[in-house]
Amino acid sequence: MEGKLQQPMLEDICKSIRIDVLKMMHKSFSSHIGGCYSVIEILVTLYFKILNVDPKNLNDNERDILLLSKAHSSAALYAILAEKQFFPKEYLDTYYQDDGKLPGHLNKKTAPGIEFSFGSLGHGLSVGCGMALGNKRMNNTGRIFVVLGDGECNEGSVWEAAMFASHHKLSNLTAIIDYNKIQSFGSTNEVINQEPISDKWKSFGWQVFEIDGHNHNELLDAFNSPNENLPKVIIAHTVKGKGVSFMENSLDWHYKSPDDEQLNLALKELE
Amino acid sequence: MRTAFIDTLRELARKDDRVFLLTADMGYSVFETFMDEFPDRFLNTGIAEQNTIGIAAGLASRGKIVFVYSIIPFVTMRCFEQVRLDLAYNFMNVKLVGVGAGLTYGPLGSSHHALEDIAIMRSLPDMTVLCPGDPIETKELVKRSFEYDGPVYIRLGKNGEPKIHSDGTRIEIGKSITVLEGSDLALITTSNMLETGKRWVDEWKQDGINASLISMPSIKPFDSFTVENLIDDEIPIITLEEHSVIGGLGSIVSEVIAKKGKSVKFQQIGINDEFSHIIGGHDFQRKKFSLDAKPSLKFIE
Ligand SMILES: Cc1ncc(C[n+]2csc(CCOP(=O)(O)OP(=O)(O)O)c2C)c(N)n1
Repeated sequence: MEGKLQQPMLEDICKSIRIDVLKMMHKSFSSHIGGCYSVIEILVTLYFKILNVDPKNLNDNERDILLLSKAHSSAALYAILAEKQFFPKEYLDTYYQDDGKLPGHLNKKTAPGIEFSFGSLGHGLSVGCGMALGNKRMNNTGRIFVVLGDGECNEGSVWEAAMFASHHKLSNLTAIIDYNKIQSFGSTNEVINQEPISDKWKSFGWQVFEIDGHNHNELLDAFNSPNENLPKVIIAHTVKGKGVSFMENSLDWHYKSPDDEQLNLALKELE
Repeated sequence: MRTAFIDTLRELARKDDRVFLLTADMGYSVFETFMDEFPDRFLNTGIAEQNTIGIAAGLASRGKIVFVYSIIPFVTMRCFEQVRLDLAYNFMNVKLVGVGAGLTYGPLGSSHHALEDIAIMRSLPDMTVLCPGDPIETKELVKRSFEYDGPVYIRLGKNGEPKIHSDGTRIEIGKSITVLEGSDLALITTSNMLETGKRWVDEWKQDGINASLISMPSIKPFDSFTVENLIDDEIPIITLEEHSVIGGLGSIVSEVIAKKGKSVKFQQIGINDEFSHIIGGHDFQRKKFSLDAKPSLKFIE
């Protein structure tokens, strides 16, 4: 489904998704708002402009599939899926709640549109490789997109999958790295330096794009650029906590959830 | 239990400069004090659990006493072959410390639940498996594991569990602790179900049933002797654990009963063979899996 939305509309959507996520985190006292806010433009661009997937074609084997491997950012995906009417918006109020509909990490049994259950980091790219290989072997035109965290790329399994994907020329596979420079207990490149990150992926045989992950035009250009019979990786420079000044670039907001006062402050900045 | 663990580890690190702490990117608001005090004996190895276990084995072979910390599934299951070969087979002096026993991380989902860890870890030859039930057991067993030269897995709950034992109680590897004496029945708990077990036994007492409460933090080596005595005395046994009914405390006790070849009334309480697809907090999940309200005692009538 090629959306006809223009960029200002994408920005409006991102704004309302950020507000939904804020309210979910506030109500549930749950963690990981920082990594939700860094990935919102990436996910919104995909769901509103790139992916051939909607509530009506979920049983179509040729649909595009998005895997959110950094599944602790589930709240961002839930808000987008609700916006796209995969499930009712009311589900969002039950996020993380007792007897709720939506858990902290993705569980495909809980709501439509969630393609695979994740929560332990470093699984998504391998599963994506299998899906992309399967589609190729069956001449299925569906494409596979996998969203990874930069910290997640510490996992050896990510690099096993990276080697596999280029070896098997999985040109129907796109990985997006949410390069927000912070992981769970430190700055990404202080824990394990991944720079020069583009060169690493190039040398693993991937077609590499390094862009601003909050800029829809750059995201669209990277997604739409023709595939050279290789898997594609988009290294998306982002800001953890993007959109709320006191959450930006802060390790604390990997964990904290906004209290009433912070909710209001954040709403003022977002609205 | 988490605070008891880190406080004890700091004490040990002050006494012995071989103590080394590795974390696979976990420990925010837990390890800051340790990092400040022992910057050269702390390392965040990144979100790379398999590599971390290998590094721990290598450090241990150079004489360090290495503690590795993460959420239970990531420090046991994600890196299980490294644990089996690099730690158990090579018999390295590494202590795996996992946080989040059972359904502790309720709403985060099954990726973060720990319902199979006891089963897999106790199946490893040469692995010691310790599942403390309160801050005292935690403190004591962290110390015992430090004194013991070999691989150990320590299963922690979360933070804020009440003390069940009095300060100064000595806890040994391989020994159970009888918390309350009673002759009508014996409730054996492990890990984070000790508090619930205590509540049940207190409630039964009000109903006129005298149950003993036995805490079994040492899963391997296991205190079979205590269980055999219960069988000899024909005391009905209930086991209680926040773990799968496959391979945990209940399984071990049924193995002891089977080997003994003498029958005894026995009931196993744990999580049936299923993933939790329920969304909700720890207490809510416990209720849904019938780990909260005390069970009927029809089986002993
Ligand atoms: C295998 C595994 N180890 C540890 C964790 C715990 N964990 C959850 S989020 C996180 C940090 C992730 O960092 P990153 O991938 O950079 O995500 P982001 O900063 O975008 O939130 C960690 C270590 C996990 N979920 N899975």
